[in-house]
Amino acid sequence: MRELAYYEAKFEALRELLEVDERVHLIGGTFLSLSPRKAVFQEIAKRYPDRVISPPISELGFCGLATGAAMAGLRPIVDLSTGSFIFEAWPQVVNEAANAFYMSGGQTRAPVVFHLFHGIRGGGAAQHSHSPQAMLWNCPGLEIVLPSSPRDVKGLLKTAVRSDNPTIFVDHVQLLEIRGPVPEKDEVIPFGVADVKRLGSDVTVKVVDPRTLVPLDFAMILASVEKTQRAIIVDETHQSCGVAAEIAARIAEEGFDRLKVPLRRVATLDVPVPYSPPLEEFISPSESRITDAIRATLR
Amino acid sequence: MLPNLPRASLLDFCRRMLLIRHFEEALVDLYNKGHFRGHYHLYIGQEATGVAALSCLRADDYLFSTHRNHGHLLARGAEPKRLLAEILGRADGYNKGKGGTFHTAVASLGFLHTSGVVAGIIPLAIGTAYASKALKNGRVTACLFGDGALEEGAAPEAFNLASLWKLPVLFLCENNGKYGAGQAVGAAQSSSMAAHPLTDLPQAYKIPSQQVDGVDAGAVHQVILDAIKKIRQGEGPQFIETQTVRWPGSETNWPTVPVPTDVALAWDVNSVPEKVREWYRSSDPLLIFVRELVEAEQVTREEIAALERKAKEVIAEAVSFALASPYPKPEEALKDLSA
Ligand SMILES: Cc1ncc(C[n+]2csc(CCOP(=O)(O)OP(=O)(O)O)c2C)c(N)n1
Ligand SMILES: [Mg+2]
Repeated sequence: MRELAYYEAKFEALRELLEVDERVHLIGGTFLSLSPRKAVFQEIAKRYPDRVISPPISELGFCGLATGAAMAGLRPIVDLSTGSFIFEAWPQVVNEAANAFYMSGGQTRAPVVFHLFHGIRGGGAAQHSHSPQAMLWNCPGLEIVLPSSPRDVKGLLKTAVRSDNPTIFVDHVQLLEIRGPVPEKDEVIPFGVADVKRLGSDVTVKVVDPRTLVPLDFAMILASVEKTQRAIIVDETHQSCGVAAEIAARIAEEGFDRLKVPLRRVATLDVPVPYSPPLEEFISPSESRITDAIRATLR
Repeated sequence: MLPNLPRASLLDFCRRMLLIRHFEEALVDLYNKGHFRGHYHLYIGQEATGVAALSCLRADDYLFSTHRNHGHLLARGAEPKRLLAEILGRADGYNKGKGGTFHTAVASLGFLHTSGVVAGIIPLAIGTAYASKALKNGRVTACLFGDGALEEGAAPEAFNLASLWKLPVLFLCENNGKYGAGQAVGAAQSSSMAAHPLTDLPQAYKIPSQQVDGVDAGAVHQVILDAIKKIRQGEGPQFIETQTVRWPGSETNWPTVPVPTDVALAWDVNSVPEKVREWYRSSDPLLIFVRELVEAEQVTREEIAALERKAKEVIAEAVSFALASPYPKPEEALKDLSA
């Protein structure tokens, strides 16, 4: 299979979506982050000037606009750029888009995609390093997608646009350059299907990537716990009430008797993300913290 | 034009502008050498605005700034070495390395909170103004933000509140989006604000609003002095839009220095690359100020050159200090979570 960089696979998905579906509009210009990848994005911005538009710095306004446009038949993908900026749009995302279908008794669909870059980026400090997916998981009605490979970003983006629900599409800011196999043919990866990113046996570690938080493939997580009798949940949202906390709670509820040792969370420590490199490293779910957790679990 | 001030004050303006310019240029070098990471934003091209405007404030006034805060802090008298240490994430930084370039706060100078969220400070600024009014302490709040902040809904909401409740706040909107030389004041139309001129927006909320050439230290000084006086007299908020031409070094996402500043450029820009020469000739607030000072026979070229040498020395010391400052201990990350 050919290899692509994450940003290339994502770009391909955006281009193909614009090509095949006139209802797709891109609102925003940093789907591939800032320079030098921004230049790549310009190719589609030029080709579809009526459907790729760059808004003013008005997150609340354009997220609401996209939600309304989705209610009226378009399939907008909105770029919030840095994940932290979704807080500016919070009322439209969590109180309007998330509730629309339920509140209308199933009458009104809002098939909008909110795209954002989350995570600790290296020097982003407290206001540019958020991973808002745990807070968003607390808002029933939103689907949440978290790709981790070039293949997944392409296949999941296709599904996000086809989905009839408001979808949060969360890319990690440090994934853009990673490379991996991506099939030539159009591949649609369904939501709610986890992927084993690394198979484990006795001394190796099995890595289960849920790929989507809503819907969550809990069956696969549970099956893995069954096999290894151990669980470490690694995640970049803050530890308290974070993504790892929810998954840990569900393992405890449904798989308690399959655990040989207590489960562990490796998440971002409960402080705002600091700027200075050693401080940022200290609070991150870093390689060293993951290895420590694995050692402790195997003891 | 030169501000209507005694010579000593004019020289002090010049000293502060030089400090900002050489600080920012040194920062680009430190970034390129890998001494810090992430995005950063420079104040080059806006020095006359910050220095002239902030000189009109009282020592106990409040200020709020943005991602483009270095110049504001230096204009207000922050120590270059501690500001630089913060930007390099060091223990001697003003925020112990926790804030960095976007968030340097110096409470003792009135900068309580510096936000990297566009328009994040505008509602906060009307809050300190509200408190000052309630406490009758005569303090004014200066809220310094860019033209882009007007695109956020937070701006008009705050304008409405400030106007309704006659809050003692100066909204200083630094419009650095004016392109090209020789444009008249008022020609800096934003491509993403339907309200044009920008002053139409606060004016809809009945906030007295004016535009001024942000490259012209004298004009800025006069307009801000007058605005602050009215605010202190209890007339409520004022809005000033200063217009500057974007420094060519910050057209890209990461700044580059097209030519290191030397005050001699004030009289001869031929050594400047042609592509950016016009900016240094006609839109550089520092070089314009220097030229005016000499033309008005307030100083000689030699004296100006000596001032610049001094500024460069201060910055060189700040660089050595910041580079020698240790990184904070990792556990420091867990401190300051709550008061
Ligand atoms: C809420 C929010 N949205 C987007 C951004 C990204 N951003 C950083 S600076 C900037 C432009 C701001 O323009 P302006 O206010 O004119 O300030 P300037 O950089 O020109 O001084 C943007 C969009 C942000 N920091 N915050
Ligand atoms: Mg601007």
